[in-house]
Amino acid sequence: MTGTFRRIALALAGVGLAVTLAGCEAPPQTSKQTGYRGTGMAQITSPELEAYLKQANVVPPPPYPLEPSDAPLAKDFYQNVQVLGDINADEFNRLMLSITEWVAPTEGCNYCHNPENLASDEVYTKVVARRMLQMTRTINASWTDHVKQTGVTCYTCHRGKHIPTNVWARPAPEDLRGNFIGAKRGHNDPVESVAFSSLPKDPFTPYLLGAEPIRVQGHTALPSDAAHRSIASTEKTYGLMMHLSKSLGVNCTYCHNSRDWANWSDSTPQRVTAWYGIRMARQINAEYIEPLKPVFPATRLGPLGDPLKVNCATCHQGANKPLLGVSMLADHPALAGPRTPAVAPDAAPPADAPDPKAPAKRAPG
Amino acid sequence: MALLSFERKYRVRGGTLVGGDLFDFWVGPFYVGFFGVTAAFFAALGTALIFYTASQQGQFNPWLISVDPPDLKYGLGFAPLREGGIWQVVTFCAIGAFVSWALREVEICRKLGMGYHVPLAFGVAIFAYVSLVVIRPVLLGAWGHGFPYGIFTHLDWVSNVGYQYLSFHYNPAHLIAVTFFFTTTFALALHGSLVLSATNPGEGELVKTPEHEDTFFRDLIGYSIGTLGIHRLGLFLALSAGFWAAICIIISGPFWSRGWPEWWTWWLDLPIWR
Repeated sequence: MTGTFRRIALALAGVGLAVTLAGCEAPPQTSKQTGYRGTGMAQITSPELEAYLKQANVVPPPPYPLEPSDAPLAKDFYQNVQVLGDINADEFNRLMLSITEWVAPTEGCNYCHNPENLASDEVYTKVVARRMLQMTRTINASWTDHVKQTGVTCYTCHRGKHIPTNVWARPAPEDLRGNFIGAKRGHNDPVESVAFSSLPKDPFTPYLLGAEPIRVQGHTALPSDAAHRSIASTEKTYGLMMHLSKSLGVNCTYCHNSRDWANWSDSTPQRVTAWYGIRMARQINAEYIEPLKPVFPATRLGPLGDPLKVNCATCHQGANKPLLGVSMLADHPALAGPRTPAVAPDAAPPADAPDPKAPAKRAPG
Repeated sequence: MALLSFERKYRVRGGTLVGGDLFDFWVGPFYVGFFGVTAAFFAALGTALIFYTASQQGQFNPWLISVDPPDLKYGLGFAPLREGGIWQVVTFCAIGAFVSWALREVEICRKLGMGYHVPLAFGVAIFAYVSLVVIRPVLLGAWGHGFPYGIFTHLDWVSNVGYQYLSFHYNPAHLIAVTFFFTTTFALALHGSLVLSATNPGEGELVKTPEHEDTFFRDLIGYSIGTLGIHRLGLFLALSAGFWAAICIIISGPFWSRGWPEWWTWWLDLPIWR
């Protein structure tokens, strides 16, 4: 081997090694077992990512401690208090202060209120905020199968921003150029919504706004009319699952044993939580956000004129429990649900939900 | 004894690495040597432990027998025998048997004054196995990351470990390994068919020579790698396949904890078009 050849070979080897290691994470990683030993079900996380999540999920302290008060109820003290009228005026003011910090820390009260008349609904953000408060109470009161006793507050999604970082709207139709050049048909864009894979990048419209069945596998060796699952529906399903994984910072084995994806008895309990979460997101999008379409100005709407909606990442933001499982409800009990039993929660638990204690064999999902 | 008379002249003493003349003999067609004894010992003990596990599990269906690795909580320590300890012993036996076999090949090479290409090639296969049950588990900090020894269970493990990284097909080393595996079979098919075509001429034709073989490929693609070269190429392709297969599992976890599709964002983030 001549000297020149050897130098070129060494340079090529160096470039190859650099390319191979590009963007890699150095060991050691932390791992957590999620299935029976030897099944390969484990979560592997880098300490750098864990440290990032820790600093990105700090819960803001309440403005001041919540003290008992004999102030009159907010609905009697203020005008036009439609949702939070069941708490006393002191707690109400404290919550308004918190909401300002959570959603509009720079603009303050005037982001939603007309300072001349705080009761007025003329600023659209106030109408949106009212609906969001109803939504928050519904989530905390009716979706404990998903949010447990931890619950959510405005901060879970907003984190000091007017619009949560992770939202979605229906994508504009593609310019198909005669069905030839550039006809990606919603695939092959390495975007975060599907964890940078080639899968259909909008799994949200069919599954988190619509209620299409989420299906991959048939249960027979050969396709039959009853068990038929198209490649298209499989890819859409995988797109949604990639979104779940990326949003929660977990891999597929957090919920599934890939030996049989659909089999509930092989799955982990987290899959039941996720099942409710998907239904919860559907209700939020369909009942709380889509109807706000006429309220929003055009600048707040997506390319097809629909409001910005939620998916798993809206709350989770890379953590398998939003805000790493810290509950803010103890400091803000007004958000846990309506105080008076007279106001019935407007969401019934899904009738076909699997029982988490006795997962059905071969249940759909 | 299935031994051709002229083979006796190649049965020379010496060349042993360990044990001198002690095990320098043949049993039937098989050379024994010190490493033949250790290979037989480890293979017998490991197999016996697999049957013992089967008896403890009450499972003698060969598809379903499984020696499972320990829980992750045992880390790199010893696990109780029935909770993965047997897997640890079987792993030790397997590596002992494989390495013994490779060293027995070395001794035979030394007796015959040959190169070490065969034990080296087998060594790459051993490296691939050791990657799965030693290197990667050690880098991840627990023996429990090894794969279970069962026909169905190891397939389930492969599936789940692939899905630990969302889509394993985006693993760059996996791409390279798969390419080498396909190229290996392609090269073997070309080589095998070429040799058979030269040695099976039509009725009344003479058997053709390597010159014909070379000319065939020169006519076809302008180049023939030659009779020795095709074997160098074949060995390179096959060893590369096994080597990159080992690399693709070593980097999954120890060097990348997220989905493999996301790894490629380094390409999207290149400053020239970012």
